[in-house]
Amino acid sequence: MSDPVTPLNGASFQGFVTVTETAPQGMITLRGDLAAAALRDAVLAVAGADLPDMGRIVINGSRGCAWMSPDEALLLLPRADVPDALAQLATALEGSHHLAVDVSDARAMFRLEGAGLRDVLAKLTPADVSPAGLAPFTLRRSRLAQVAAAFWLTDQQAAHVICFRSVAQYVFDLLSTSARKGSEPELFDS
Amino acid sequence: MLTLTCPCCNIACDETELHPGGQAHVSRAGPDSGDDAFEQYLFLRKNPRGVHFERWRHAMGCGKWFHAARCTVTLEVFGTYSAQTLEPPQDILDAIAARRPDWQGFA
Ligand SMILES: [Zn+2]
Repeated sequence: MSDPVTPLNGASFQGFVTVTETAPQGMITLRGDLAAAALRDAVLAVAGADLPDMGRIVINGSRGCAWMSPDEALLLLPRADVPDALAQLATALEGSHHLAVDVSDARAMFRLEGAGLRDVLAKLTPADVSPAGLAPFTLRRSRLAQVAAAFWLTDQQAAHVICFRSVAQYVFDLLSTSARKGSEPELFDS
Repeated sequence: MLTLTCPCCNIACDETELHPGGQAHVSRAGPDSGDDAFEQYLFLRKNPRGVHFERWRHAMGCGKWFHAARCTVTLEVFGTYSAQTLEPPQDILDAIAARRPDWQGFA
C-alpha cells in the first residue's frame, strides 16, 4: 500500500493560536442502528471506547469514537489499522443493515493550540463556542465560513477540526487568518 | 436571526447551518389524480401571515430532515419535531394555541 499523505503535508501556522495539520489519521464512518448491541460491541472493539452519547466524542489513546448523527458514528484509529478494523466490523455486523467505510483519505484534520482557540472558531462559525456551549469532548458539527466542519476541544487550550480533504487548504487558510496575531477579539474569559 | 433546534441531534442551529425544504406535510398527488390536484401538490403553497409549518434539513450538521412550526410575522418558533409524521404533533399544536388563541388550526 502507498504511504498515506495528508493534503497539506503537515502545514502549520503560528498566530495567537497555533494551527497544525495533524499526521495521517485513520477514520471510519459507521452507519447503522446505534442502539444495537452488536454495533456497540463492535465500536468498543475497534475504537477502544464505548459509543458516546449524542453530540459527544470519546478519545482513548490513539483511538476514539464520535457521535455524528442518530445513525452515524465516526471511528478514529491509527491509519495502518483501518483495513483490519473494517474486516472486524464486517464480521461483527454481518447480516445487520450497516455501512462501514474508510474515509481517512476523504478528510483533513487540524489541531488548534492556545488559550485563544475559542476566538479563532468564533470568527468562523455560527456555533456557540463559549465555555458553556462547547465543553471539552462536545463534538460540534457546523460550518467554518462556507464549508462543513466538525470540531471539539480536548481541553481549554487544544481543539481538533475535521473537514473534507477537498477544502483542506481553504480551512487551513481560514483558521490561519482567524488566528493572526493582533486580531484577537478576546470574547471569552479563559 | 432564526435559530431552530434540530430534534435529531439537539443542536441549536443557526439558519445558515440549515437548508430550507419548503412547506411541510404536503401530500403527493399520484398518477391517478387530476390536473387540479397535481397542480395543487406541485405548485400551490399556503402562505399565511403567521403560523407556518416547514421542512428543514440540518445540512451543516447531522444531515437529517426535520419539521419546524414558526410564525413568519414575528419569527417566533413554536417548536421543532420529527420529519417522520404526516401532521404536527399535539404538543406543537398546543404551543401554537397558547401563543395564538385566534389561530384557525392546521388544515
Ligand atoms: Zn441535527
